[in-house]
Amino acid sequence: MAIEFRNVRKTYPDGTTAVEDFSLTIPSRSTTVFVGSSGCGNTTLLRMINRMVDATSGQVLIDGEDVGAIEPVALRRRIGYVMQNSGLLPHRTVIDNVATVPVLTGTPKAKAREQSMALLDRVGLDRSLAKRYPGQLSGGQQQRVGVARGLAADPNILLMDEPFGAVDPIVRDELQRELLRLQRELGKTVVFVTHDIDEAFLLGTQVVILKRGGVVAQIGTPAEILARPKDDFVADFIGAKRGKRRLTVEQQGDGDDLLLVDSSGYPAGLISAPGGRLEPVLSGGSDPKSRSVSNKTDQAGDA
Amino acid sequence: MDWVLSHLDDIGNLTVTHIVLCVPAIVIGFVVSVPLGYAASKSSLARGVLLTLGNVLYTIPGIALVVLVPVTLGIPLLNPVNVTIALLIYAVAIMVRSAADAFVSVSGDVKQSATAQGYSASQRFWRVELPLAGPVLLAGVRVVSVSTISLATVGALVGIPSLGTFFTDAFQRNFALEAVVGLVLVLLLAAVFDLLLSLVGRALMPWTRGTRLSAGAAKALSQPVPAGVGDVAGPGGRL
Ligand SMILES: Nc1ncnc2c1ncn2[C@@H]1O[C@H](COP(=O)(O)OP(=O)(O)O)[C@@H](O)[C@H]1O
Ligand SMILES: [Mg+2]
Repeated sequence: MAIEFRNVRKTYPDGTTAVEDFSLTIPSRSTTVFVGSSGCGNTTLLRMINRMVDATSGQVLIDGEDVGAIEPVALRRRIGYVMQNSGLLPHRTVIDNVATVPVLTGTPKAKAREQSMALLDRVGLDRSLAKRYPGQLSGGQQQRVGVARGLAADPNILLMDEPFGAVDPIVRDELQRELLRLQRELGKTVVFVTHDIDEAFLLGTQVVILKRGGVVAQIGTPAEILARPKDDFVADFIGAKRGKRRLTVEQQGDGDDLLLVDSSGYPAGLISAPGGRLEPVLSGGSDPKSRSVSNKTDQAGDA
Repeated sequence: MDWVLSHLDDIGNLTVTHIVLCVPAIVIGFVVSVPLGYAASKSSLARGVLLTLGNVLYTIPGIALVVLVPVTLGIPLLNPVNVTIALLIYAVAIMVRSAADAFVSVSGDVKQSATAQGYSASQRFWRVELPLAGPVLLAGVRVVSVSTISLATVGALVGIPSLGTFFTDAFQRNFALEAVVGLVLVLLLAAVFDLLLSLVGRALMPWTRGTRLSAGAAKALSQPVPAGVGDVAGPGGRL
């Protein structure tokens, strides 16, 4: 399911223009990450896909079909949505939360629950949690339930709005890896919003760096952006969060692969150039220096 | 004690009569207040109008209402329905505020996320907002229940029987024990209703057991109840 934004503009009733003029094609079955600081219009862009927000002008198309012509409730049921703080229904058990959309679309409850059990496995949650209420879970577990719920109707599109923004760094790391695994298995069209450039580079096949007003600063694969930041804004943005550890790219001996090196000379990540995807340099080492670029600066920086 | 034992019949009958006056007021008051409170939670204009109206109604002394209701509606003065209608007015006056607070207490994130999953507006109301407003609604109903049971005694002043009849009778016969019995019965009845309501709440809202309340609900519940509410003396501190 490809998604296309065509000259989309959104002005809220109070006069705030959240998105000025946004055009983008999101290829199907891959992950596109919107990254920008808070207030850039990330959430607005995401919500124009499932019509929680209607564009003031311009069009959003899914496989060529204008979403404006699709009934919003039906549209939302075929698009997964995961948000920060999970947004789980506190009065429904874990299993019923996961089964939300199938039940809404008329799947018998027992069957929906059975399918949801399998989804718990899929997102790495123990089945014994099924009867708990969300308030009895940790933040990381809640986010997993949120992801399972987003996948329950087997949507082609999954929208994720800072889904891992409120969990601690170790759990976030785990959730990011799980998402990469899920995406390898399921191949959804994922649109992911984050403020964290490391997260964007780790998860995104295509990364869209946004400025205020939904203005695109740069679009590209992580490799392209890292190798050739388009302007100072982008350079700052991808450098700022790294503090002193400004990453540089070195050509490796053989093949297209690029090696990322931090300012103290440690290898920080490897870019396999064809996909542009970052991979850990050394597999699963316990030494922080050996972990991928997604790992936080402070770990490598302090080492 | 002898008096109590020899009047068990009266005690039983008047308790039942009292319950019959109160229950419809509490139930209908709840049903009427929920949509009004929902409207008040959605628009600040509706909130201003409804809550001000509620406060004004709540200030009317009970005895005045018991006389005004039949005069206004053309119901015979001694019809027990008068008391129930008066109680209903007070119930709504108190409950609308609780209901508005209850809906405001529902987390915006949860509502947004329900919309994102594909709940229609009405599904979202019935399946998400109403149940999640539950804890604060329940707190409101408990206040209404206690206050209604206490207020219902006022009808005895115009001759409509209830547990308040023990007070008027005690006054006429200058027999204090009877008034004490009446008071104890009112308190007991209020306590039983309160207990039942909290049990019903536990049964209907299993997710609130042993978990922390949502921030919104905790905030709404920690707010002081409107002045005079729950005060056994009733509206304006008068009968
Ligand atoms: N419902 C709304 N009404 C008015 N302004 C809004 C609304 N939602 C968002 N905005 C404004 O639009 C801009 C972009 O918001 P948003 O899309 O939520 O940004 P982000 O998700 O990147 O933080 C912000 O300035 C925000 O204040
Ligand atoms: Mg946002």
